[in-house]
Order: sequence, then C-alpha cells, then structure tokens
Amino acid sequence: MSAPARTPAVEERIPVLSLQHASKAFGAVQALEDVSIDLFAGEVHGLVGENGAGKSTLVKILAGVHPPDTGSIVVGGLPVFLAGPADARDSGIAIIYQEPILFPDLTVEENIFIGRQPLTTGRRIDRHAMRSHVMEVFQRLGVRLDPGRIARGLSIAEQQIVEIGKALSLDAKIIVMDEPTAALSAVEVARLFGVVDSLRASGAAVLFISHRLEEIFQLCQRVTVLRDGRLVLSRELEGLTADDLVRAMVGREIVERESEQQAVGGTVLLVERLTREGFFTDVSFEVKAGEIVALAGLVGAGRSEVACAIFGIDSYDAGSVTVNGRGLRRGSPTAAMSAGVGLVPEDRRQQGLVMDLSISRNVALASLGRLQRFGFILSSSERRFAEDWAVRLRLRYGRLSDAANSLSGGNQQKVVLAKWLGRQPTLLIVDEPTRGIDIATKAEVHRLLDELAGQGVAILMISSELPEVLHVADRILVMREGRLITEFTHAEATEERIVAAATGQLEEGAA
Amino acid sequence: MNRRELHERLRPTLRWEAGLVVALVAIVLLGSLASDKFLTKGNLFYLCLSIGELAIMTLPLTLIIITGEIDLSVASILGLCSAMLGYLVLHGWSLGWAFLVVMALGVAAGLFNGVLVTRLGLPSLAVTIGTLTLYRGLAVVILGPNIVSTFPQRYTNIGVNPVGNSFLSWSVVFFLVLAVIFGVVLQLTPFGRSLFVIGQNKDAALYAGIRVKRVKLLLFVVSGFICAFAGILYTFRLSTAVQDNGLGLELNVVAIVLLGGVSIFGGKGSILGVVLAVAVYAALQNALFLTSFPQRAFGIVTGCLLLVSVLVPNAGSFVRRARAAWRRREARNTPAVEAN
Amino acid sequence: MTAASPAERAPSAGRIRTDRLIDIAYRLRAFGIVAALAILIVVTSIVQPRFLSGQEVNIVLGNTSILALLTLGEAMVIISRNVDLSVGSVLGLSAFVSGSTFGHLHGVPTGVAILVAFLVGIGVGAACGIVNGALTTIGRVPSLVVTLATLYIIRGIDILIIGGGQVVASSLPDSFFQISLRNFHNVPYLTMAVAVVIGIGAYYMRSYRSGRDLYAIGSNPDAARLVGIPSGRRVFTAFVLSGSIAGAAGVLWASKYGTLDSTAGSGYELQVIAAVVIGGVAIFGGSGSVIGAALGALLLSTILAALYVGGVSPFWTQAIAGAMILVAITIDRLISLQLTAALRRRRSREST
Repeated sequence: MSAPARTPAVEERIPVLSLQHASKAFGAVQALEDVSIDLFAGEVHGLVGENGAGKSTLVKILAGVHPPDTGSIVVGGLPVFLAGPADARDSGIAIIYQEPILFPDLTVEENIFIGRQPLTTGRRIDRHAMRSHVMEVFQRLGVRLDPGRIARGLSIAEQQIVEIGKALSLDAKIIVMDEPTAALSAVEVARLFGVVDSLRASGAAVLFISHRLEEIFQLCQRVTVLRDGRLVLSRELEGLTADDLVRAMVGREIVERESEQQAVGGTVLLVERLTREGFFTDVSFEVKAGEIVALAGLVGAGRSEVACAIFGIDSYDAGSVTVNGRGLRRGSPTAAMSAGVGLVPEDRRQQGLVMDLSISRNVALASLGRLQRFGFILSSSERRFAEDWAVRLRLRYGRLSDAANSLSGGNQQKVVLAKWLGRQPTLLIVDEPTRGIDIATKAEVHRLLDELAGQGVAILMISSELPEVLHVADRILVMREGRLITEFTHAEATEERIVAAATGQLEEGAA
Repeated sequence: MNRRELHERLRPTLRWEAGLVVALVAIVLLGSLASDKFLTKGNLFYLCLSIGELAIMTLPLTLIIITGEIDLSVASILGLCSAMLGYLVLHGWSLGWAFLVVMALGVAAGLFNGVLVTRLGLPSLAVTIGTLTLYRGLAVVILGPNIVSTFPQRYTNIGVNPVGNSFLSWSVVFFLVLAVIFGVVLQLTPFGRSLFVIGQNKDAALYAGIRVKRVKLLLFVVSGFICAFAGILYTFRLSTAVQDNGLGLELNVVAIVLLGGVSIFGGKGSILGVVLAVAVYAALQNALFLTSFPQRAFGIVTGCLLLVSVLVPNAGSFVRRARAAWRRREARNTPAVEAN
Repeated sequence: MTAASPAERAPSAGRIRTDRLIDIAYRLRAFGIVAALAILIVVTSIVQPRFLSGQEVNIVLGNTSILALLTLGEAMVIISRNVDLSVGSVLGLSAFVSGSTFGHLHGVPTGVAILVAFLVGIGVGAACGIVNGALTTIGRVPSLVVTLATLYIIRGIDILIIGGGQVVASSLPDSFFQISLRNFHNVPYLTMAVAVVIGIGAYYMRSYRSGRDLYAIGSNPDAARLVGIPSGRRVFTAFVLSGSIAGAAGVLWASKYGTLDSTAGSGYELQVIAAVVIGGVAIFGGSGSVIGAALGALLLSTILAALYVGGVSPFWTQAIAGAMILVAITIDRLISLQLTAALRRRRSREST
C-alpha cells in the first residue's frame, strides 16, 4: 500500500483552514485539549483516533455547532468566529456526515439548492439553470445520479453524493467527511474514492475521518492522530506505516488481565441459515454457555441486523433461531426475553435508555413483570432493585431519581447492562458494548463480561473495536456484506486476519 | 426514601397540579362571590350533570395522549352509540340487549381506530379525523331525522336524581370510580409505566420488550368502550337520542386533558391533573353560566384555557432561548480570540 | 487495491428501474384523483344521465368553489407540517362581520360597498392568521393545539358579537348575491375566479423559493433550520395566508347563503382537511400539491352530488366523507410501504 503522489513543497503554503490550539470541555470531560491541525488545498488529510479520541468534537467545532473554549479557527489567513452552521457554510466549510440529512420529499437538485435556487426574472426559480448546474457538478465528481428524482429511497452512498454535490455547489473549499465509508459497500467505497480524488484535483481541502487505516493510506497525503483529546502526531503520511499509526492511536498500556479460557457448556444459541432480504443471507453459527463469541466486521456488514433478528425486534425471511433447545418465535422481543435472551443495543441513547426517565426506572424497565406484587409495582421496589445493581456494577451517580441523561457514557452503559442482567439471561447479546466509553469503564465492562461467561452465560458480542474483540472473545466470527465469511479461535486471530476477512481481501494462508 | 428524595420526586408534578388547585380555589371563591347560588346543592348537582360524560371520556384519552397518539373520534363514538341506542329502543329492543350491542359497537369503533394506527401504521391524527367524520356520519345514517325519547324513567332519572342525598350525579360517581382505576393502573402497574416509556421513547420501549403495538391497540379499544358507556349515560341524561348528540365535544375533551398537564407530545401526565382540570373546567363553566355569560360563547374560555396550558410550560424555555440568542449575538460582536 | 476510474460505469438497469418506480408511484398518486373523478363521472352518468346536465355541473361547481378556495390555504399549512383547524370559525366570523358592514354603508355605491366588505372579511381572516402564526412560531406551541384553541375562541367571539341576532338576506345588496350566481355557460364566474387564484397559488408553491421552503420545512424541519431556511417566517406567512383566504371565503359564503347566524362554517374545517388529504397532501407535510388539494375538493363535492343524483340519502354524506379520508391515507400508506420494500429488494440484489 503506497501513498499517492506528493504535493509540492509544504513549507511555503498557507493552509486553507487552520485550527489552532483548540480546546473543548463538556462538563467534566475534556474532549479536546490544545489540538492544532492545518488543512491545505488540493490535499486529503486523514484524521484517525479511537472512539472517544475527540474526532467528532473536532468536527462539531469546524461545523460551527460548538465554539472552542480556547483556540481559534483561521480560514484563508483570517480568523473567523463560527456562531452557527450558517457561519461555517459562509466560510466555505462543508460537513458530510455519516448519515446525511436530506429532505426526502424534495428532488436531488432541490436538496442541493434549497433556499438558494437560481432565479430568473421576477424572482422565479430557474429550473433549467438549476438542472444544468447540478449536472455539471455531478460530472465534475464523476457520478451519475438523476437530479430529478426524489431523495426518498436513495442509498446512504447516494445521499452522500448529494451532500458532496451540495458542498461543491456552495463553493466549499474545505470538505470534512465524517466516517463516510462506514455504511458503504465495497463498490460504493470505490466510487466515493473517485469522488474524493476529483475534489482534491479541483483544489478543495478534504478532511477524511475513518477507522479503516487502509483507506487512509490509499487516499490521504497528510494524517493527524488524536488520542484522548490530544494531538499525537500531524504530518505527511509518507514514511509512516500502519503500525506507526496504530501505536500512535493506542499509545497507553492497556492494563487488562488476560482473560482466562472458560469452561464451555452446552449450546445456548443456535442460528441456522438466517436470512433477511436486503440485510443478511444464510447466517449460521452457535454460541455455547460460558462462551464469548464476537461478531466482527465493518459497519454495514449486517451484524446488528442479525442481533435484532435474533432478539425479535425485526423479523426474518428464512432460517431459524433456537435458544436452549427450543425454537424461538420470530419477531417477538417478548418471546426472546421469556427464553432468557437480552439485548444491549447499539444506540445507547435512542434504544438502550429512556434518557428523561430516572436511573432506577431505566434499570427496572425490563423487569417490571418480576417486580410486581398482585399486579402493582411500587417505586420503592424499583429503587431497591436498581440500588442493588448499582452497587454490583459500581455505578457512579448522584441520586437514583436523577435522569439517565445526567450520567456519563460509561455509566449509562452500566445502566443498560443492569437492566438486562437483572433478568438473569442465559444469552446476552451486546452490540458495541464499549462504544464512546472511557478506558476505565471499558475495562470494567470487559471484566463483567468475563465474569458472566464464567457463570455460564452465553455472550454474543458485536464490536468494531478489534483490540476489544481480540482481547475478550473466545471465538470470532467475521461478517461481510450480509454473509458470515469465516471464523477464528482466540488463538489464531490477529488484527490483520480479521480486517482482511472483513474487507474481503482474504490473503493466502488465512484461517 | 428520605423526605428530600420525596420532595424532589414530587416537585415537577406538584407544580402543575398545585397550579390547578389554586385556579380551582380562585374560581370557587369568585363564583360564590358572583352568585349566592353557586355553592348550593342544586347548582352543584347541575354542575356535575353537565360535566359527567365529558369527564369520563377524558380518562382513556389521557392514556392515549401519554403514549404519543391522539383520539379525536371520542365524541363521535359517543354520538354513534347514542344513536344506536335510540335506534334499538325505537325498534322495540329490550334495554339489556341494546346495552350489549351498543357497548360492542363502541369496542368495534375503537378497534377500527386501533387497527388503522397499529397495523397499518397510519398517523392517529389523520385516522381519527377520518373516523370522527365517519362515525358521526354513521350516527346520522342510523337514526336519520328521528328523535327518540321513549326511555324508561328508571334510567332517565340519572339526569334528574343525584346519588343518595348528595349533590353528586351518577355520571360523576362513575367518573370518580373510573378515575381511581385509571390512576392506579397508570401510576402503579407495569402496564401504566410502559405507557410513559412508549411516549418518551418508542424505540427504547420496543427494545425493552414492551409490545408497543398491542398496548396502543388496547388503549383505543378501551377508549371506544368507555365512550360507548358515556354515550349511554349522555342519552339517558338528556333522555333523547338524536343524530348529533355530542357534536363538537371532542375538542372539549382534548382541551381538558391538556389543561390537566398532559403533554401533547406524550410521555408526561397524570390522572390527578386531569381530574383537577375537569373540576376547574366545570367550575368555570358553571360560574360563567350563573353570571349570564352567553353559554354558547363559553368556547372562548375553553380556548384560552387550552392556550394557557401549553404556553405556560413553554414560558420557561422561551426565556432561556431568548437569553441564549442574546448571548450568541453578543459573542458574535466581540472580536475573535487571537491565536498565540 | 486501486481507486476506481472517475468515470462511473453506466448505472445498472436495476437502478434505473428503481428510480422510475418511485417517480411512477408519485405521479400515480397525483393522477389518481383525476382518474377517480373521471371514472366517477362516467359511472354516474350511465346510471343517471341527468348528472351530465348543465344544471348539475353548475351546482357541483358552485358547491366546490368555496371549499376549493379554502384548500389552497390549508394545503400550504399542512405541507409545512402544520394544521389549521380554525378555518371554519374564521369563515363564520368573517361572513358575519363582512355581511354586517353593508348595514353601515348606506350611502355608498354598491360596488364600493362590496369591495369594502371583501377587505373587511380578508382583514378579519388575516388578523386570525396572525394570531395563529405568532402562537405557533414564537410561542412554539404545536399548531394542532393553537388552532384548536383559536377554533373555539373565534367561534366564541362570533357568538358574542352576534348575540341572538343574525344577518338577514334582505339587508344585503342584490349585486352581492350575484357574485355566486352569475354563470358563463353553466360555469359560475366564481369558480373561474377561484380556479385562477388556485392557479396562482400553485405556481407560487412550485416556482418560488418561499413556496419550496414550505415543502422543505414539512419534509424535514430540523434540516430546514440547519440549511438556514427562515422556518418561523415561512410558517407565519402560511398561517396569515390561510387566515386571509378563510376570510375571503367567508365573504363568498355570505354572498352565497345570505342569511347568517353563528353556526356559519361550523365544522367546515374537517371537510377542508378531508379534501386536502384526499387530494394527496400528506398529513405530515412535505409532499402533495395545491392543485391536488383543489381536485380533492372537486372529487369530494362530485361524490356527494353523484350520491344525491343516484338517489342515495343525503344522510350518508358525512359518513362517506369520513370513509374517503381513511381510504386516501390508507392508499398512500400502502403505496409507500410497497415502495420501500421494492427498493430494499432492488438494492440487495444490486450489491451482491
């Protein structure tokens, strides 16, 4: 993997955008500390870092959503203050989010031009000018998309194209892409790279954020690594290896005990030829009692969808799910829960918790049936239940009656875990269990999972964080584009092998 | 649980209900000052009569709104069932069978609403605007221009005699009993808890194993059932079944529920608040009636109450937003921090 | 792994078919009303040839005019993801106030008096619209609640003003009534005027930025704010327009019915919303057209007329209107469900 052609001498150039010594804290959490980054025209600048390293905070600052507590933004040599997204737009900054926000009922060209459509005499909208402008932009990007079609039903990849088109038509000089490839298929990724190349060739400065290091090496000329809110390095990519980046990203000593091999019992979960059209196909695997099985793969591979299908949130088209020897009815979370299955969902804020509800009510939410007496449930029994689990999980909180909103990410995740552990499940599915959580709590969660496995619980863990997968899992299943590709044991798994399987580049000698 | 925790937990609910109590006391005071007939047993009985069925209909609607839906067809179900009752009586049915059919009709109407909302995924606002018109229309079809008043006095005495020696009407007694049941279910059962969760975050409810669709369907069916019951009471009180019984009442019901502190967005509310709102509304209506305020213009008062009940909670956030916008404008005008 | 060449290879046939599928679905909905109308007219005329007579057409068009005018304002509001429940009350108040102005304008030439009546009616409507708009945008109260309240309040004011009285037809000048009565070959002049107004409204919604903004606001209110659309101003304007149109409709109502009491227009808002929904405007905004809404009004009136001519008791009117609302939103929902499923199937087939 080699970097593309170098850009001319760096020292004399003025950065198109320069973030200088930016710091930002949210309450007690210092999200960014003294971070500086320079973006040059005609260059793709990669931004890497683990979850929680500060990447999204940086993006929000550039987007004008939050002003930095200290530090400044300099665009084209002049300092600017971004009071809101409109200012960022006026300064030539465009953000392409992972999930673009479009108007589903308007056409593609209207989405690009809404609020500033070209006008003819009498302030009427000039549809011809709008259409030809959009065609020109799409041609520059090298894509084919019908500008006259409604935005509803566009794939994520196509939505991103529309956003990029909008950025170009706004004459954005700085384009920030926040993990754009996370939900794309390989074909779509290739097309996106072509688009990014066109952007670079036309002189824009692109900030490209991604978890996938091979993409960084393929696309970028410079790279910045953040870790725990601080800048670790920011330099040309040439001369660096993937190992260098990984070391810069991870840096600290991970003080985690090597997880012990657990005694494994009978099969708890048996999934056979599970298929849901458009999401996953022919998935078969099993999880035994006391095992931690990880489901690895890129975002969009279909892992969360499999989990939701097992738990009954979504239905499936073919195949079967068997828990503890009994067939599990599809499409019914209630049936799954009765069978002893619990699901800690991917989106903590939207699916795992009711943010405005108190901690105790959140913890008790899945156990209301068991806490009731003669059909009634008292707040005091909820509170006692929650207290019990708060102690066991070492939850840090103010009062149990505080809203779940008031907790840190790590403690919120503990609440979700408590909710499910309170039901004593035989199968626990955890989807991205430590996403957005601080290091200390992360280690606690891993320890907890180990303990549970030791008590005979079968655990299915979905995770995009390879160190976590390698550390915690007894077996690793890799999915790609809706299919189960391969399986590794703890001993034979390495990060390269998993990534290779997940991205479809199976090297010789793969397991 | 110590006293401080109790205080903390009750504070937000206390604020709204306390406000209603204050309003109620004020209205009662003003009313008795304005007219010496206000606090008489006869007048209070009249007050109860006028509010009974309306009050009963607020209870299931409260639960529905807490889950984030709405049912605008409540009064139309009342009217439909009233018309059916009149029709059956007109054609010689015995009252026992007539009751059965009428209640079944209410259940069917509620079921229809519920199926459209949960199975087809249609927005409840649009559906109940449609069924409100449909059911009203069916009432017209069933009864036509007929006016039925041949109900046995035993039943129509509901509109004439209070319960025992008190000033309470039968409809209000039914309301109070139902209010206790609904209140207990809402606050003290897992089912009731799940309603708040559904209203606050439907996804989290699903992921916690709550059968959102089934719950909502049940609520619509209960609403139909209760409104049918209210329809029977209404018919007996007026001792008349006519094609437009209860016309326009749905808006009063919604107004009272919102006045009771139930958030239109769902996820928040209490039966106690709604009961107090019923009392406030009834007292106000009665007081104005006694001061010869034109009855049919009472809508102005209902409308203003409705606005007040939604503007007041917004007032706090409005001030906050204004201050934030001011601060942002200030920040914009100060020069950017120099890079060091 | 090398980057793909910038030139995209031709989109697969599957993708083209998918795009066209969505387009077809949306156009289908728009033409569906016209088709339904055509079928209805044909079927009814076969059963009862009288239906195609000039007199019948005249009656239907006359009944539709005011309703269609109201759908213009209501559609704009609903497209922006709001609702205006107060139009019936506004119409009633405006009808009475404008009708009463003639009593104060004795010495004035009739033409001027009529003009004044219109201005007064529209003014009353605009004032109500300003209140609705302000409460919704500045007060941040959901429009459902706001217009529910103003529906009450305005009706109550109307009742207070009228007292027990009424405006009697004899107090209104003859030429005032002519507004609704004059025809051009069985087509009322009023209908043509309303059609022109609706045409202007449709053009505005299609070809002007502020019109398109309303669609954006209804389609995704958060995104609208993010891209800098002045949502508050647009929604406020929509309410003021809706109110003014209801005011104008009130004057027309007075000219049509002559005798007015405090029940004028009562409950009419539901018919207006029914027409708008039937006409393909989504209740949650973002899609649909003003012309569709007007056609919905025409369809509703035609159905009612067809039933009447066909001998169906007029008692069925309301029930059928209600059923039609339900049918319309169900069809819309089924179409969008099928569409999503088809899209997903196509996409999964493409990516493997």
